[in-house]
Amino acid sequence: MKILVAISNVPDTTTKIQFTDGDTKFNSQGVTFVINPYDEWYALVRALELKEANLAEKVTLIHVGLVDSEATIRKGLSLGADDAVRINAEGPDAFFVAEQIANYAKANSYELVLVGKETINYNGSSVGAIVAGLMDLPFISLATKLELAGTKATIEHDVDGGVQIVECDLPLVISCAKGMAEQRIPNMRGIMAARTKPLTVIEGSGSSALTSVKSYALNPGRTTCKMITEDNLDELVSLLHTEAKVI
Amino acid sequence: MSGQILDTQVGMSFQLSENQVAIADMIRKFGKDHIYPKMMEWDESQEFPVDVFKKLGDLGLMGVLVPTEYGGSGFGYTEYVTAITELGSICGSIALSMAAHNSLCTGHILQFGNEEQKKKYLPKLASAEWIGAWGLTEANTGSDALRMKCVAKQDGDHWILNGTKNWITHGISGDVAVVLARTGELLDSHGITAFIVERTTPGFKGGKKENKLGMRASETAELIFDNCKIHKSQVLGNVGDGFVQAMKVLDGGRISIAALSLGIAKGALTASIKYSKERQQFGQPISNFQAIAFKLADMATEFEAAELLTFQAADMKNKGKKMTKESAIAKYYASEVAVRVSTEAVQIFGGYGYTKDFPVEKFYRDSKLCTIGEGTSEIQKLVIAREILKD
Amino acid sequence: MSVLVYTEVSKGRVKKSSLECVNYAANIAKQMGTSVTAIVNNAEAAHIEELGKAGANKILTVKNEKINSDSVLITAMIEQAAKAEGSKVVIFAFDVTGKAAAPRLSAKLKAGLVAGAIDLPVINGNTFEVKKNVFSGKANATYVIHSDIKIISLLPNSFPVQLSGGAATTSDLTIDLPASRIIVKETRSNSSGGMIPLPEAELVVSAGRGLKGPENWKIVEDLANSLGATTACSRPVADMHWRPHHEHVGQTGVAIRPNLYIAIGISGAIQHLAGVNGSKTIVVINNDKEAPFFKSADYGIVGDAFSILPKLTEAVKKFKAHQN
Ligand SMILES: Cc1cc2nc3c(=O)[nH]c(=O)nc-3n(C[C@H](O)[C@H](O)[C@H](O)COP(=O)(O)OP(=O)(O)OC[C@H]3O[C@@H](n4cnc5c(N)ncnc54)[C@H](O)[C@@H]3O)c2cc1C
Ligand SMILES: Cc1cc2nc3c(=O)[nH]c(=O)nc-3n(C[C@H](O)[C@H](O)[C@H](O)COP(=O)(O)OP(=O)(O)OC[C@H]3O[C@@H](n4cnc5c(N)ncnc54)[C@H](O)[C@@H]3O)c2cc1C
Repeated sequence: MKILVAISNVPDTTTKIQFTDGDTKFNSQGVTFVINPYDEWYALVRALELKEANLAEKVTLIHVGLVDSEATIRKGLSLGADDAVRINAEGPDAFFVAEQIANYAKANSYELVLVGKETINYNGSSVGAIVAGLMDLPFISLATKLELAGTKATIEHDVDGGVQIVECDLPLVISCAKGMAEQRIPNMRGIMAARTKPLTVIEGSGSSALTSVKSYALNPGRTTCKMITEDNLDELVSLLHTEAKVI
Repeated sequence: MSGQILDTQVGMSFQLSENQVAIADMIRKFGKDHIYPKMMEWDESQEFPVDVFKKLGDLGLMGVLVPTEYGGSGFGYTEYVTAITELGSICGSIALSMAAHNSLCTGHILQFGNEEQKKKYLPKLASAEWIGAWGLTEANTGSDALRMKCVAKQDGDHWILNGTKNWITHGISGDVAVVLARTGELLDSHGITAFIVERTTPGFKGGKKENKLGMRASETAELIFDNCKIHKSQVLGNVGDGFVQAMKVLDGGRISIAALSLGIAKGALTASIKYSKERQQFGQPISNFQAIAFKLADMATEFEAAELLTFQAADMKNKGKKMTKESAIAKYYASEVAVRVSTEAVQIFGGYGYTKDFPVEKFYRDSKLCTIGEGTSEIQKLVIAREILKD
Repeated sequence: MSVLVYTEVSKGRVKKSSLECVNYAANIAKQMGTSVTAIVNNAEAAHIEELGKAGANKILTVKNEKINSDSVLITAMIEQAAKAEGSKVVIFAFDVTGKAAAPRLSAKLKAGLVAGAIDLPVINGNTFEVKKNVFSGKANATYVIHSDIKIISLLPNSFPVQLSGGAATTSDLTIDLPASRIIVKETRSNSSGGMIPLPEAELVVSAGRGLKGPENWKIVEDLANSLGATTACSRPVADMHWRPHHEHVGQTGVAIRPNLYIAIGISGAIQHLAGVNGSKTIVVINNDKEAPFFKSADYGIVGDAFSILPKLTEAVKKFKAHQN
């Protein structure tokens, strides 16, 4: 059984967001890129744990992006993935990215595709479900636990207002959330090995964009904070009522 | 503060390699969870946190330069410098212990051990299953190591070791020590031999632990030898080569102390930059005052110069070139910079800098070791002068 | 041609996010000169009436016990409804179901999706533009949907609900379900103690590590109860199991945008803010006047939570009593 883990290359969570080219592009100047935390901490680490428990033979990373994301891909390899594929294309939207992943997974018979619950740059929560849709596979979202017994997966996942435990036979697509695994850090041997693990580059192919970004804008921050003293809490309550109109 | 660094793979490039970025990132993450929360406690109680070293071993940081066939990480000096620097920017004590373990004990066996010794000891040391110590200094002979009193006398297939080593990192907790002892005439540079001594060898024990100004979580203690009987297979290289070997080990060791100095300077500088932007006096951040801003400019300039010197020495070492002068220059300059930068950091923090609630007093205390250990600044100048004056 | 909206009934009521979506769809339908069709499974008369008031012109009622949380089934149902209605625009809530079903429908129909829209689309002849938040709430992006069929999932609490519409016609829809491969073993609901679930809550009282320990949460709950608010917490609090994991808000937890977010003993780390900075009004209570959260607050109180909270609860109670 082989696991395909989709990883996205995103700006570190502390990045100051800026745009260029007339607000049509994210300004990546001086930005540190990381593996999307959900992809890394939950999807990838759980895949590695399954492999270490001899429940999977191989863990492959897949990333749709240009050559400058290879450092991020190697971070994933240094954590212990066996190999990686980079689909050389700049995805205009989630559909395009998902289409590349679905094509590769289908052509190479991956039985389990793991994605993070969302990326921290586009926050779309879409790729996993589109991959599943294109492959005609079941999709389980927001998984917080995943166990395998042969080809049967038992998954705990968040549903509206609660949690649900489900069973499903492979093949399957799962989006992973907090709880799946604990964050890992690579070691020196992993970092060294990442240089020599196979990283295959395949040209992207597929449909024309279904959506595209026309422009970006920063959300305005709050300008002033009105300070209220501890002995004046009635004033706060009254401001919330009359000024903010929220109670 | 980005740090301009020489990449040895491509010669004169001033960029951190991808490996260096990954190693620094790994150590930052490790430090955040496993060192930061406890380091002031260890500092206060002078506890040497053995479990942290075992974890550093799991990360591959206890055998950075050891080839993979001996269970090490197989990296070169540039990555080694990055690792110590990053660790040093968090906690000097942990970085000092890591440097001593890698450069001195493990480094000595790696450079001068025979195949059997390497196979026996390196995997244990690289994984931190064993912690290593290295004994050259004695109570009365520091800079002047040739005058050492510790003696080894041959007795059939064995050597009988007697004497005491002082100031030894991991003197009590070390599972194995490389010990330099006199096997020839006093002051004869070919009268000293290096031995590998395991902790369990009868007649070998740890002694008094020093109560130190800084580097308090790094254990510094005596090694005591009382008719300690060592099999001749434990001799490193040839009898009489010990002193020359030690000088070569120290050439590399100096790079690690330079890296440790960089780490302390980096930690102090980063904290100072942040604090100067947050601390308000006279209605503005203190970084607005030129007196503070220029201090920061000087600190950054000296730090980056020290960094370039250190990576130059590391690059030469990687290429197998003689770098006695360059490593001495790097160690001398970087260690003095660490002291200056951390002193200024305390000044920038003002009264808060003088308390244990802020990190800079620790950098200040820890930094001073750097101008003393593995050869004082004076001794570095002696080495540099000798190198530049010789024909 | 109508705008199709997927709606849900949960715990005996139409979900608030569903009503928002119907309202939203009514606005789009008006722009496009068409009507709104809502699809709902297992609804009762009262629900249908409410959907009508929210602006649905027609309601496709499905009665199918087999449809559970499996997005394969939900998507099949909506796909068949969209085909039957000839819909060019399909609306979901950007909630647990919408996050799984909307993208699957996008795959099935090859239709462009904007996930997590925060505003009405701007429709100009052939161009169709929708805004959504990106970079975890730090920015927004205007997306253009190029495909013939357009799918939008609407971020909850982004669009006010107005119940002013009339009555809708209903029509039963029978659907062909594919086999589900997912076997549900157990479903547990979060013990929210009768509170409105976090993603839908308009008032949220949230506390962090500053509360020192789980035994101190009574004063937080008291304040929440006095306001009728839902409780939330910062990540370390959930990590240390002081509070259940579903209360964790922020970048790695639930992202919320209530009308009022009261943050108590939370420092305001950027990753926490990423999940709450869409809130309309933020009140911060912290004993450290330098706490970064004050920079992102509308109202701030510097002081000890343990002494402020009981007093604030009293003030709220006094205000409520006065109002009645
Ligand atoms: C925390 C710590 C850890 C250590 N770990 C180890 C270890 O693991 N293994 C080990 O072998 N040693 C270790 N040492 C010992 C260290 O290497 C010595 O302290 C150092 O070499 C200086 O020797 P000394 O202390 O005897 O000083 P001295 O040699 O007594 O020097 C005193 C002063 O005289 C100056 N001086 C001496 N000779 C000259 C000269 N010819 N010209 C000009 N000035 C001179 C020195 O620069 C210094 O300022 C450690 C020391 C410390 C503090
Ligand atoms: C990739 C990543 C993702 C993350 N995701 C999230 C996330 O989704 N959500 C999240 O919350 N965090 C997240 N974090 C963690 C985040 O960086 C912070 O560590 C966390 O938010 C801090 O929680 P806190 O504010 O409760 O605790 P602290 O930072 O410890 O703050 C406690 C606050 O309480 C105040 N305080 C103490 N005592 C009192 C008192 N008696 N009265 C009033 N105030 C008091 C203190 O002044 C302080 O400001 C993430 C981190 C990373 C790296």
